[in-house]
Amino acid sequence: MGLEAKLTQDGFITTTLDAIISWARKSSVWPMPMGISCCAIEMISAADPKYDLARFGSEVMRFTPRQCDVMIVAGTVTYKMAQVVRRIYDQMPEPKWVIAMGACTSSGGMYRSYSVVQGIDQFLPVDVYTAGCPPRPENLINAVMAIQAKIAKSKARDYPDVPLTDLGVIKN
Amino acid sequence: MQFKELIVEKVKEKFGESLQDVNEFRGDLSLTIHKDKILQLAEFLHNDSELAFTMCKDVTAIDWAVRKNRFTVVYHLLSLKNNFNLRVKANLENEPYTIESVTSVWRSADWYERETYDMYGIVFENHPDLRRMYMPEGFEYYPLRKDFPVLGIPGSLPLPNKTE
Ligand code: SF4
Repeated sequence: MGLEAKLTQDGFITTTLDAIISWARKSSVWPMPMGISCCAIEMISAADPKYDLARFGSEVMRFTPRQCDVMIVAGTVTYKMAQVVRRIYDQMPEPKWVIAMGACTSSGGMYRSYSVVQGIDQFLPVDVYTAGCPPRPENLINAVMAIQAKIAKSKARDYPDVPLTDLGVIKN
Repeated sequence: MQFKELIVEKVKEKFGESLQDVNEFRGDLSLTIHKDKILQLAEFLHNDSELAFTMCKDVTAIDWAVRKNRFTVVYHLLSLKNNFNLRVKANLENEPYTIESVTSVWRSADWYERETYDMYGIVFENHPDLRRMYMPEGFEYYPLRKDFPVLGIPGSLPLPNKTE
C-alpha cells in the first residue's frame, strides 16, 4: 500500500518529529465513553461493525480515565453528575480533548430545567460540539475526525508535561 | 354489597366527621381524610382483615399554589386480597406543612415520603430517615413547588470550577 513498496528499496523515510508524533497521536485517539443517557446508544453504534469507529483508531473505549485521550460526554449532565464528570476528566492524562455529544451536553437540550447543566462548557473545555438529539453515528465520527484534524495541526511542544491533578486519593 | 361501598361504610363508621370527602372518578375511589387522622386511617385500612390494604404503591403531593389548602398529600394503596386500588388524600392548609409518616404501617412509604419531602418540603413526622432524595444535601429549595422557577435559582447548585 504505497509506503511498503518504497521501503523494500531504501528502508527509511524523512519527516519532521512533529509530523510523525502528531500522526501517531491522531491515529490512536482513545475515547473515554462518558455515556450518561440516551446519546450513549448512538456512541455504542458508532463503535459497532456497521459504522466502525476503528477505521479512525478510536475503537478502544477505555473504562479507566488513565488510558484515555478524548472524553465523549454523551448524555444529559445534571448538576449532581457534573461533579463526577469533572472528577473523571481530571484523572485523564494530558493531552486530552472533550467532545460534547448531543444537544443535552452542548446546551442542556430540551431539558431547560433546574437540575440539568445548561451546557458542559460551564465547567469543561469543550473541543467539538456535536449537533443532534441524538447525533447520528456518522456525526460522532465526524467529531472524532475534527479532533484528529486539530491534533494533526498541533506540534508536540504544544503539550507541556502537566502532572495529574491531585485529587486527594489515598495512597498506600 | 360492593367492595367500594363496604370501604366507605367502614371508614365512615370509624372516622365519622374526619372523613371529609368521598369521590369516585372513572371507577377510582378517593377518600379525603383530615390530616391528623392519617396514621389511624392507614393502620385501619392495613389491619382490617376484610379490607387488607397491604401495599402502599405511591405517596406524592399536589401543590395547588393557593394560600388556602396549599398542599394535598396523596397515597395510592392496593388491596391484593380484593384486587382493589384506593386513593387517600389529606389536605395541608397552614404552615408548617407537616403530616404523620405512614412508614410504621407500610415500609414502602419510606422513600416515597423522602421524595415528597425533597420535592415539596412537606415534613413527615416520625419518619425514620427524612433526608433529601434527588437534590444534594444542603439544597435550600423545593423544586416541585409552584413558586420555584423552572430554571432553578442561579448559584444554588454548585458546579466544578471552570478549567482554563
Ligand atoms: S441529546 Fe437527545 S439523545 Fe442525547 S442525551 Fe440528550 S435527550 Fe438523549
